[in-house]
Amino acid sequence: MTDFKPAEYKGHSGLKYLRIKSRLKSVKISNHVGGYMSSKLVGLAGVSALALYSSMAVGSKYNFPEPQSIIAREIYDQHIWLMWICLVIFIGVFGVMFYSILKHRKSLGYKAANFHHSTSVEVVWTVIPCLILIVMAYPATKTVIAMKDTSQPDISIKVTGYQWMWGYDYLHGEGEGVSFFSKLSTPKAQIENREPKGEHYLLEVDNRLVVPVGKKVRIILTANDVIHAWWVPALGIKQDAIPGFIRDTWFTADNPGIYRGQCAELCGKDHGYMPIVVEVLEADAYSQWVAAQQGELKAAAVQATADAEKEFTIDELITKGEQVYAAACAACHQPNGQGIPGAFAALDGSELVNGPVSAHIGIVVKGKTGTAMTPFGHLSDVDLAAVITYERNAWSNKTGDVVQPSEISQFRN
Amino acid sequence: MAAVQDHGHSHGHDDHHPTGIMRWITTTNHKDIGTMYLWFSFAMFLVGGTLAMGIRAELYQPGIQILEPELFNQFTTLHGLIMVFGAIMPAFVGFANWQVPMMIGAPDMAFARMNNWSFWLLPVAATLLVVSFFVPGGAAAGGWTFYPPLSTQGGLGVDMMIFAVHILGASSIMGSINIITTILNMRAPGMTMMKMPLFVWTWLITAYLLVLVMPVLAGVVTMLLTDRHFGTSFFNAAGGGDPVLFQHIFWFFGHPEVYIMILPSFGIISEVIPAFSRKPLFGYSSMVYATASIAILSCFVWAHHMFTAGMPVTGQLFFMYATMLIAVPTGVKVFNWTATMWRGSMTFETPMLFSIGFIFLFVIGGFSGVICAIVPIDIQVQDTYYVIAHFHYVLVSGSLFAIFAGIYYWLPKWTGRMYNETLGKWHFWLSMVFFNITFFVQHFLGLAGMPRRIPDYALQFADFNMISSLGAFGFGLTQLFFLYIVINCIRSGEKAPQKPWEGATTLEWTALPTPAPYHSFETPPVVK
Amino acid sequence: MSQESGHYYVPAPSGWPIVGSTALLFMAFGAALTMNKMELGYGLLAVGFAILIYMLFGWFGTVARESESGKFNAAVDRSFRWGMGWFILTEVMFFAAFFGALFYMRVFSLPWLGDADHSLLWPDFVAEWPTAGPGTHEQFTPMGAWGLPAINTLLLLTSGVTCTLAHWALQAGKRESLKMWLLATIFLGVLFLGLQIYEYGHAYADLNLKLTSGAYGSTFFMLTGFHGFHVTLGAIMLTVIYFRCAAGHFTPEKHFGFEGVAWYWHFVDVVWLGLFIFVYLM
Ligand code: HEA
Ligand code: HEA
Ligand code: HEC
Ligand code: CUA
Ligand SMILES: [Cu+2]
Repeated sequence: MTDFKPAEYKGHSGLKYLRIKSRLKSVKISNHVGGYMSSKLVGLAGVSALALYSSMAVGSKYNFPEPQSIIAREIYDQHIWLMWICLVIFIGVFGVMFYSILKHRKSLGYKAANFHHSTSVEVVWTVIPCLILIVMAYPATKTVIAMKDTSQPDISIKVTGYQWMWGYDYLHGEGEGVSFFSKLSTPKAQIENREPKGEHYLLEVDNRLVVPVGKKVRIILTANDVIHAWWVPALGIKQDAIPGFIRDTWFTADNPGIYRGQCAELCGKDHGYMPIVVEVLEADAYSQWVAAQQGELKAAAVQATADAEKEFTIDELITKGEQVYAAACAACHQPNGQGIPGAFAALDGSELVNGPVSAHIGIVVKGKTGTAMTPFGHLSDVDLAAVITYERNAWSNKTGDVVQPSEISQFRN
Repeated sequence: MAAVQDHGHSHGHDDHHPTGIMRWITTTNHKDIGTMYLWFSFAMFLVGGTLAMGIRAELYQPGIQILEPELFNQFTTLHGLIMVFGAIMPAFVGFANWQVPMMIGAPDMAFARMNNWSFWLLPVAATLLVVSFFVPGGAAAGGWTFYPPLSTQGGLGVDMMIFAVHILGASSIMGSINIITTILNMRAPGMTMMKMPLFVWTWLITAYLLVLVMPVLAGVVTMLLTDRHFGTSFFNAAGGGDPVLFQHIFWFFGHPEVYIMILPSFGIISEVIPAFSRKPLFGYSSMVYATASIAILSCFVWAHHMFTAGMPVTGQLFFMYATMLIAVPTGVKVFNWTATMWRGSMTFETPMLFSIGFIFLFVIGGFSGVICAIVPIDIQVQDTYYVIAHFHYVLVSGSLFAIFAGIYYWLPKWTGRMYNETLGKWHFWLSMVFFNITFFVQHFLGLAGMPRRIPDYALQFADFNMISSLGAFGFGLTQLFFLYIVINCIRSGEKAPQKPWEGATTLEWTALPTPAPYHSFETPPVVK
Repeated sequence: MSQESGHYYVPAPSGWPIVGSTALLFMAFGAALTMNKMELGYGLLAVGFAILIYMLFGWFGTVARESESGKFNAAVDRSFRWGMGWFILTEVMFFAAFFGALFYMRVFSLPWLGDADHSLLWPDFVAEWPTAGPGTHEQFTPMGAWGLPAINTLLLLTSGVTCTLAHWALQAGKRESLKMWLLATIFLGVLFLGLQIYEYGHAYADLNLKLTSGAYGSTFFMLTGFHGFHVTLGAIMLTVIYFRCAAGHFTPEKHFGFEGVAWYWHFVDVVWLGLFIFVYLM
C-alpha cells in the first residue's frame, strides 16, 4: 500500500540496504541464497506451490510493500528468510513422500516392508526442527526488543481511535499542540458504485498525519469507544488502540513519501472505512507544515472563544449542524435520521430528541454506556450545539429549539 | 464385560427400539447418536458455507454490492461460529460416537442417555444462532472472537449468541466426559492403553482439552453477559477492568480449541495412512507422545493471537517461543506418516487421497502458522487475509479434509455399502483445486495489506479477491457433489464386504460384520 | 480393565434429554428477551424453568430407580466415578476463569491504569486494590474478612466434617446417624447461605458495595455469587440424598449417589477457601 512506482524498486541491491545488512547475519544468507538459487527454482516452482510463492516474493504484489523503516526492513528480510527455510523443509519432506508415492505402490507390485519404529531416526527428526527453530527465533528476538524500545522519541503523537476515524494530537517535539481528526475521504458514491472508483479508493483521508523524515516518532495509542488498530505496513507498525488504556509503538521513516494503511481490528460497521495516511516530509517542509497548522490552530482558538460567547441564529446552527451530522453521526443514525432498526436508534421522531434539551445534550456529550452511542465530548461546543439544534429541527422533528454553545459549556462544567 | 440394553421390562438382545422420529429423539445408541451428529454437522456446514458464499460474493468486486457492512460483519461472525462449533466439532464427536466403542470393543458409550442430551443440545444452540439473524438488530457482528467493548455494543443477537455458546459448551463438556470415561473404563479385555488405535488416543487427549477449556469459555461469556446487562466492569477500563483481559481468557480457550479441531484429524489420518500403505503405523508411541505434547503446549501459547494488543516484551518472547515449539511434535507426526508410507504397498482410494491432500496442505498451513508465530512478522500479518489463509489451510484442508477422509473410510462400515470410487476421486481433485484457488491467493492479499473482516477493499486487491471468490464458488458446489455421493452410497451403493480395505487392522473391521450391527460388542472381544 | 460378571447397563431410549433441551431453548430465548427488556421474556423464562425442574425430577428419579433395582454393576459404578470426577474438574476450570480475571486485574491491568503513561487518560487515578476503577467516583467500603466471612468459613469446614461423618455412618450401616449427620450438613449449608445473603444486604445497604462497584464489586459478587449458587445446588442435592436415605436407598457397599454429592460438597468447600484467601483476606 505504498505509493511508489514498481520500476523504481531495486530490491535488495540498493545502497541503503547494504548499510543495514550487517545487522542480521541471517539476512545476508537469505539474500545470498535468494540470489543464485532463484533461477534453478523456476523448474521446481511447478512442483511446489510454495516455491512459486517464494520466487514471486520480490514483486510487491505478492509480498510486503517496500519497507520504509528499519523495523519494516527487518520484518521483510526475516519473512523472506523464513520462506526459504520452509521451502527447503517442504521439498525435503514431500520429496521423500512423493518418491514413495510414485515408487511404493501396490500397482507396481511393490511389497510392503514391516518396520514400524526407529528410535534414532525419531530422535534426529525431533532435534533438527528444534535447531531450525532456534535459527528462526534468534533474529526475531532482536527485532522484538528493538520494536518495543519506544524511549527517547523526537516527536510523540497521541493517536485515538474513534468509530470511525482517527484523532491525532501532537504531544511533544516539533509540532506540539497540533491536533486534528482524520477521516475517510472517498465519496459514498464510489463505494456504492455510482461513480468510478478513484486511484486511492478507500485509502484516502481528509487530513493526513504528517511527520518528518528520519526522526523517531513515538505513537501513543488509545481509543474512545472500541478497540481499533493503527497499521501502516510500509513503516512496519501495527498496534491495537485499547479504550481506557495507553499503548505505544514507534517508527522512523527512511524516505519522504505517502504511506497508507488501514484500521486492523474489527471495530463495527465501518471498520473497513477508517484508513490511515502518513505523509513523510523533509525537515523544512515539515516545519512549514507545522507553522501552517499552528497558525490555523490559533485562528480556530480565537474563533472558538468568540463563538462560545456568540449567539447564533437557528439557521446558522442548522447549516453547520447538518455538516457535523453528516460527518459524525450519519454513519450510524443515517442521513435520514431513521437509524438502523435494532442497532442504531432512530432520531427522527425520537422521544428523547423531541423531549427536554438537557437529556439530548447529555446523551451526545456523555454517550450511553454499553451501547454504540459513545461520548462525543471531543467535538467543540459550537459543533455540538449545532448538531443538537439540527437534530431537533430536522426531518419530522419540529421543536424549534435553539441550543447555543454556551449551554454546552455550561453542561460540561 | 457384556452389555445389556434396557428395554423397559423385557430384557432382550434384539434391535428393539421406537421407530420413526421417536427413534432418533430418544435413542441411547451410540451409532444412532453418531449418525445424528454427522448429519447435523453437515447441515451446519451448508449453513456456514452459505454464509461464506455471501462473504465471497460481496468481496468479488470492490464496492458494496449485496451485503451492507453491518450485515457483512454478521455473516463473517456467524460463518466462523457456525463452522467451528456447528460443523467441525460436532463432526468429530460424531466420529467418536461411531468409532470409539467399536474400536475399543465396548458395548456403547459409558453414559448412553447423557450422550443423547449432548447431541440434542446442539439443535437448540443452532436455533439460537440462526434465528438471531432475524431479530431486531440482527446477529452478533463482532467476529467469532466477540471482543468487547465491540460486543458490549450489540443487541439481542449478541445475547442469543452468548446463550448459544453456553449451551454448546455444556454439550461439549458432557460429550467429552462421556468419551473419556468410555475410553478409560470400557476397553475390551486385553486392550491396553498402548494398544488403542491412534484415533482413540487422539480423542482421549482432545476430550481432556475440552474438559479443561470449555468451562473457561463459559466463564468468559458469562462475564461478557454481566458486563452487558448487570453493570460489572470486567472489560471496562473506567471500572478498573481491561478489554484485553477478555482476550486472554478467550484465547486460553481459543487456542486449545483449534487443536481440538485438529487432533482428531490426526487420529483419522493415522488410521487411514497405514491401512492404505498396508504397513503398520510408524512410531506409534511417539505419535501418542507427540499428541500429548501438542495438547499440553497448546495451553501455554494463547497470547500469540494478541501480539498486536500490546504486551510486555517478555510476554511476547515467551509466547513466541512456546508457539514455535509446537512445530516440533507436529513435525514428528508428519515425519511418522511419511515413514509409514515409505516402502509401503500403497493404493490410492479416496480416503488415502484426502489423507495425502491433508498432509500436503496442512503442512503449508502449519508453516504459515509458524510465520505468524514470529512476532515481528505477525505484527504485519495479524488481522489480515494472511491469517485467514493460514487457518483455512489448517481448518478446511486440515480438519475438513480429514473428516472427508474418515467418512469415505468408514462409510462402508456404517452403511454396509460402498461409495462410488470414481465420484469420490472427482470430489477429491475438485476440492483440492478449488480449495487452493480460493485460499492460496489470500496469502498474497494479506501480505500486500488487506485487513480481514472488511466488506470492501482498495483497488490493488481486486484481482486476487476475484480469483478467491471464483474458487470459493467452485469449492462450494463441489461440496454439494459430496452430498450427492453420500446419498448415492446409502441408497444404491454396492454391498460392502466386512473388510473392504485390505490393510485395515482395527476391531471394527476385524471383529464386526458390515454394516456394523445395532449393538456392537454385547460380548466383548478379547484383544491379544 | 477387568472382566467381571454382569452386564454394562445401557439405558433404554429416553425422552428426558429432549425435554431438557426444550427447557433450555425456552430459557435461553426467555433470558435473552428479558435482558433486552422485550416482551414475552419472563413468560418464556418461567416456562423453561418449569420444564427444567420437571426434567430434573424425572431424570434423576429414573436414575435412582435404576440404581435401586441393581442395574449398575461395578463397571457402571466406576464410570460414574470417572464422570463425576471430570465434571468437578470442569467446575474448577469455570471458577479458574473468574479467579484468573481477579489476578489479572490486580497484578497487571490495575497497576497499568495507574502508571505514568496512563496519567494521560486518568490523571488523578491512584492504583490501589480494592478499586472501583478510574472512571467511577462513587466510594465504597470493601468487605472485611474477619466478621461473617470467617464464621462462614467455619460453617463450611464443619459441614465438610459432618458430611464425612455421614459417609462413615453409611459405611458402617448406621442409618440413623447417617440421616442425622446429613441433616446437620444441610443445615450448615443453608445457614451459610443465609449469612451470605445477609452479608450481601449489608454490602448494598451499608458499604455501598455493589455489583456495579467496578473491578472490586464485579469480582467480589461474581465469585462469591457463583460460589453461593454452587452451595445452593449442593444443598439441594444433599436434600435429595437425604430423602433417598430416608427411603432406604444405598447400601454400605454401594452408594455412589451419596459419594458423588459428597465430592461436590467438598469441592464447594475448597473453592470457598480459595475465595476466603484471595477475595476477602488479600
Ligand atoms: C486447526 C486449526 C489450527 C491449527 C492446527 C493451527 C496451527 C498453528 N497455528 Fe494457527 N490459527 C488457527 C487455527 C489453527 N492453527 C485459527 C482459527 C487462527 C485465527 C483465529 C482468529 O483470529 O480468528 C489461527 C491463528 C494463528 C496465529 C495468530 C495470527 C494472528 O492473528 O496474528 C498464530 C500465531 O502464532 C498461529 C500459529 C500457529 C502455529 C505455530 C501452529 C502450529 O501448530 C503449526 C505446526 C505445524 C507445522 C509447523 C507443519 C509441520 C511441521 C514440520 C514439517 C516440521 C518442521 C517445521 C519447522 C521446523 C518449522 N495461528
Ligand atoms: C472451521 C472451519 C471453517 C470452514 C470449513 C470454513 C470454510 C470457508 N471459509 Fe471460513 N472462516 C472460519 C472458519 C471456517 N471457514 C473462521 C473461524 C473465520 C473467522 C471469522 C471471523 O473473522 O470472525 C472464517 C472467515 C472466513 C473469511 C474471512 C471473512 C472476513 O474476514 O470478513 C472468508 C473469506 O473468504 C472465508 C471463506 C470461507 C470459504 C469460502 C469456505 C468454504 O470452504 C466453504 C465451502 C462450503 C460451502 C459453500 C457449503 C456447501 C454449498 C452450498 C451450501 C451450496 C451453495 C453454494 C454455492 C452458491 C456455490 N472464511
Ligand atoms: C457508532 C454509532 C453511533 C454514532 C456515530 C452516533 N450514535 Fe447516537 N446512538 C447510537 C446508538 C446505538 C444509540 C441508541 C442507544 C440506546 O441503546 O439507547 C444512539 C442514540 C442516540 C440518541 C438518543 C436517541 C433516543 O431516541 O434514545 C441521540 C440523541 C443520539 N444518539 C445522537 C447522536 C449524535 C448527535 C451523534 C453525532 C455527533 C451520534 N448520535 C452519533 C449510535 C451512534
Ligand atoms: Cu477501527 Cu477497525
Ligand atoms: Cu492459536
